[in-house]
Amino acid sequence: MRIEHHPILGEFPKGRKVQFTLDGKTMEGYEGEPIAAALRAAGVMTHRHTSRLDKPRGIFCAIGRCTDCVMVVNGRPNVRTCVTPLEEGMRVQTQYGVKAKED
Amino acid sequence: MKMKRYELAVIGAGPAGLCAAIEAANAGMQVVVFDENAKPGGQLFKQIHKFFGSKEHGAKIRGFRIGQQLLAQAKEAGVEVMLDSVVMGIFDCNELTVMHNDATHHYKADNIVIATGAMENAIPFDGWTLPGVIGAGAAQTLMNLHGVQPGSRVLMLGSGNVGLVVSFQLLQAGVQVAAVVDAAPRVGGYGVHAAKLARTGVPFYLSHTVVKAEGEDHVTAAVIAQVNEKFEPIPGTEKRFEVDTICLAVGLSPMSQLAAMAGCEMAEKGGRAPVVDQYGQTSVPGIFAAGDVAGIEEASSAMITGRITGASAAHRSGYLDDEAFAARTQELRASLGQLHEGMFSPANKGRNDLTVTDEGIMLSQSLLHKGYMEDGEIERFPGAGAVHTVGIHPVIECSQNIPCNPCQDACRFGCIQVGDHITNLPSVNQAAKCVGCGVCVANCSGQAIFLVDESIGDGAASVTLPYEFWPLPAVGDQGTALNRAGKPVCKAEVVNVRQAAAMDGTALLTMKVPKEYAMTARFFKKEEA
Repeated sequence: MRIEHHPILGEFPKGRKVQFTLDGKTMEGYEGEPIAAALRAAGVMTHRHTSRLDKPRGIFCAIGRCTDCVMVVNGRPNVRTCVTPLEEGMRVQTQYGVKAKED
Repeated sequence: MKMKRYELAVIGAGPAGLCAAIEAANAGMQVVVFDENAKPGGQLFKQIHKFFGSKEHGAKIRGFRIGQQLLAQAKEAGVEVMLDSVVMGIFDCNELTVMHNDATHHYKADNIVIATGAMENAIPFDGWTLPGVIGAGAAQTLMNLHGVQPGSRVLMLGSGNVGLVVSFQLLQAGVQVAAVVDAAPRVGGYGVHAAKLARTGVPFYLSHTVVKAEGEDHVTAAVIAQVNEKFEPIPGTEKRFEVDTICLAVGLSPMSQLAAMAGCEMAEKGGRAPVVDQYGQTSVPGIFAAGDVAGIEEASSAMITGRITGASAAHRSGYLDDEAFAARTQELRASLGQLHEGMFSPANKGRNDLTVTDEGIMLSQSLLHKGYMEDGEIERFPGAGAVHTVGIHPVIECSQNIPCNPCQDACRFGCIQVGDHITNLPSVNQAAKCVGCGVCVANCSGQAIFLVDESIGDGAASVTLPYEFWPLPAVGDQGTALNRAGKPVCKAEVVNVRQAAAMDGTALLTMKVPKEYAMTARFFKKEEA
């Protein structure tokens, strides 16, 4: 959920509203915010599944260190979604091991 | 290939790195700062609470505003900041390799300040890898930078200042906090941080730990259990909380890889960190380290150690003569020394045996074990010096020696004294006349000052408290007064709400309560519509 009004920070400056896809499904977010922030605001928790045990993983550190939140973005795997800015039309896919399932 | 050369390269544009750069640039050096992030400031822009310390430390200023000030100072000093630039290695003769736009660039630097900060620790338990188990810093990043709630209901593991501050920020972001849990028997952070959470109704579970995160695809509940002296869970003591998020605030580790790679002598300081002398100099000449990478502390001390290394680099390159360098570092070290005093000083880290304050007053065991003071306890502290006097007066619920004194400067009528020693407990002078301006209430970084007036008539008292939540109650709102433990004690009506630019987001809410609750009613909860 997005914070509508913050008692200290007020309104959050946002970029343009843009569309992107998650596993083929159209999503909305704000240009320039981390992909992970747009996903969390939309209630998406799982970013990838581990290669051997197929366990779900999501955001852990949110500052680009832990690599738990990596996904396939525009066909490129292992993109750290917590530090990668959202762009219009981005193709984001849940990562399984080191690749996406076919859309 | 011609390598670009700088007199000083700083790695990391957080509080330590920016301060090192500003200090050195102001001395005349040519300075570049590399940061891997798209925006400078490190973790400062996530810090929305008012800082502690004295005026020189930036006390009562919110962290993100300090970040804005540092960026302005860096710009004015002519510091070059290169963002999206990952320093990958430090090689012989202070050569740096920097990844920028998927290409590697080489730089030379006469001096290097490593200010790469720290990363959060994790702790394993059943289900700890589930989505929804996040770092407390991650929660801060999502809510305070990006305006996104990390979850709807959170259990916080860790009662150090990070756990306490982030729990409060979660409440400010409209997220419920189910509990603060810590395996230690005592609250690890400042009592004032715990108290401002507890009075909103957040329960504390000390000597407890998380044993399980439940859920298939993501967290749906957390199970905690009491621990014995060996920190082992005691079977049969489990409690379950329905939460979608478990926040871990279980410490930080220095991100010291570059220092190790550069050949700096390393030591175990809560994670491997480069050994530095009092000037921030590592074992490798010309390489300095400042801030959390050289040993975990907090932003205020990182800013000072940053400045010390900036001065050291300037001295090494001849921009500061011996005399100027000695004077500047002495001043900075004195300032750092103030932050290293008190009950939570590095020297007292991990101590569970403290029972009295420096003044010889019994510490509140309830505050240490439950996060709040019991009724009747504050009366023994000097901040309660004017309790039950006629007219409005401050009640300062500050009962631990911490380095902080903005309350003293807040009152121009001389009601409040901390004295020369920054960790003294503030005392309220009964003889001085309080005019009820509330500046002290807004200035107190610990939100520990209340204005109480037991002489408003009709058997009622007014209690003015700092309020930093949204929506802000309005005059005439009816509700319930909560005590320090967050338990309802009586009906309350909002009779005044004040806001001012100088108070920077801290509203002063005055509620009317029956007189007998003047010293127990400490929070206002509006009736649900």
